[in-house]
Amino acid sequence: MTDLITAIRRYDGPPVQFMEVCGTHTAAIAKNGIRSLLPETIRLVSGPGCPVCVTVTAYLDRLIALSKEPDTVVVSFGDLLRVPGSKGSLSDGKAEGGRVQMVYSPMEVLELARKNPDQTFVFAAVGFETTAPVYALLLKRAKEQGIENIRLLTSLKTMPPAIDWVCRQGQVDGFLAPGHVSVVTGSRLFEPLAERYRLPFAVAGFSGESILAALYGLTKSTGKGTVLNLYPSVVTRDGNRQAWEAVKECFVPCDAAWRGIGIIKDSGLKLKAEYERFDAGSGGLMEDREANQACRCAQVLVGRLEPAGCPLFGKACTPTTPQGACMVSTEGSCYHAFLSAEGGISR
Amino acid sequence: MKITMAHGSGGQETAALIEQVFASRFQNPVLAKMEDAAVVPGAHRLALTTDSFVVTPLFFPGGDIGRLSVCGTVNDLLMSGATPKYLTCGFILEEGAELSELERIAASMADTAREAGVSVVAGDTKVVEGKGGVYINTAGVGFLPADRELGADHCREGDVLLLSGTLGDHHAAILSARMGIENEIRSDCAPLCEGVAALFEAGVQVKAMRDVTRGGLATVLNEWAQQSGHGIRLEEEAVPVSKEVEAFCGILGLDPLTMGNEGKFVVAVAKQDEDRALAALKAARYCAHASVIGRVEGPGEAGVWMNTRLGGTRRVPALYGEGLPRIC
Repeated sequence: MTDLITAIRRYDGPPVQFMEVCGTHTAAIAKNGIRSLLPETIRLVSGPGCPVCVTVTAYLDRLIALSKEPDTVVVSFGDLLRVPGSKGSLSDGKAEGGRVQMVYSPMEVLELARKNPDQTFVFAAVGFETTAPVYALLLKRAKEQGIENIRLLTSLKTMPPAIDWVCRQGQVDGFLAPGHVSVVTGSRLFEPLAERYRLPFAVAGFSGESILAALYGLTKSTGKGTVLNLYPSVVTRDGNRQAWEAVKECFVPCDAAWRGIGIIKDSGLKLKAEYERFDAGSGGLMEDREANQACRCAQVLVGRLEPAGCPLFGKACTPTTPQGACMVSTEGSCYHAFLSAEGGISR
Repeated sequence: MKITMAHGSGGQETAALIEQVFASRFQNPVLAKMEDAAVVPGAHRLALTTDSFVVTPLFFPGGDIGRLSVCGTVNDLLMSGATPKYLTCGFILEEGAELSELERIAASMADTAREAGVSVVAGDTKVVEGKGGVYINTAGVGFLPADRELGADHCREGDVLLLSGTLGDHHAAILSARMGIENEIRSDCAPLCEGVAALFEAGVQVKAMRDVTRGGLATVLNEWAQQSGHGIRLEEEAVPVSKEVEAFCGILGLDPLTMGNEGKFVVAVAKQDEDRALAALKAARYCAHASVIGRVEGPGEAGVWMNTRLGGTRRVPALYGEGLPRIC
């Protein structure tokens, strides 16, 4: 381990900027104090891989509206509750009388729906390739068990089109590839991108060691279109085909709006026609209007701006008063930057 | 049998409930008088505190709301350096609560009070409409020696921080129970009388103590840093977390540093007392996994930092928001 740290500190190439795409990596980098171990020439930026951070305001507004409809309960993971829509968050909606239930697993909806047949349960189905198989499983179970009072408000996204978009901005010299996504899709997913843009991708686990090894691998591969798999115990080249087949059974690709980026062609998943009756009106939720016009989440999400470069950062926008999504989630880059900037990371 | 509104009427049913469920279990001469107020011997200096308990489920691996309601208040008294003496308890019962469950809760409170050496000397019961819930408030009185003054403002550069055991067990046990996950994790809910007494008996110069409840260690230490105007540095490797809790946190994206406990405390002691304090704690009940986790740094920037396992440094923030599990 010490050898690896020494080796990475010895990096003497030109300044590079690597992007960790996955929000869990953002959190792990902060937790392990990775930035304090890197030379100044290696900069890490957070990418659009935190699901709540890339959810547009129109989606949140629709969720809040649904929570206030009669006999309707919105069911969500905790992260999403405080993300601001154009006029407040789901949490605010709840305080105003909206019915919102927090769960830890989408499968909990089955039980809720069975016990309360007179109410409709709308699950806030956000996420990436990682979470999509769980929603597919949920729908299959609901269908099998004849449970009809479940709906999904989907905002599901797929990673490659978004990474492609980031590559085209030309700000990034290599990617710490999303580990969880890779478990499902396989490391093969990144090969076309690596080749097209001649950029290295390192698939890494979430331990500090794994992240450091991946970063070291990236410094050795700059300018090369290679995919390194440093998570071979869990990630294979082909991924979990069964999980992905389940997704394809329920969902088809569609255009999707990313908070701060805009609409990216074929970067989303929507319910197939035969599952449309489970849809809570997910179509057309493309508008993205920050409640606070000065919010710069858009640039932060794609590595163009450091969190501290946003005029609201640490002033109007803190973890207790988040103005943008990047400050809400424990996976958000502003959240972590705020907590470390308060005292300086390398004290 | 279920609790009905009549049990809260103040009439015969209320008297019967109090006798059957509470008085028979908490029995002591003060309570037996059944007067409007308990009259007890006093001390020159008193510590007073109160806490309310609203946990679901009412029963969980390692404890129940009854044990929790005694430990919470007893531990708060202990942290001031006091010896807990008397408790009062107020029950708010929702219509439909099971009488048998209430009896189990009362029995658990009585056992825990006995273990902690406190008497329940007064109480109150109300019944409200609802879905069978049980809520408990306890208030406590403790006696404090004339010369004992604890507080974060007593912390000085070089003081050593000890933690009495593993983090996150209570929080993880409750979440597991709510989610229907079967695992080996049990709540650490316990009265900390023995560990605290052991420190004073060993002659340790205790600067400050806090039980590490909601908000977790990170929040407690950030408060200490603010109150003392000193920095605090932790060693990641020294902070005890059980394998089960660590795995559980890994899956849900939770951080043991911001998770609640109900039977753990952190104590700041003078550097020269480090070994004595650790030995005293380790020999005490519920403190076998005690560990020296960090130290107080110089005055100036008040904050908490951690030397990570990898040799990096990071800031340890207080808990913000609700400690929400991540979604992917």
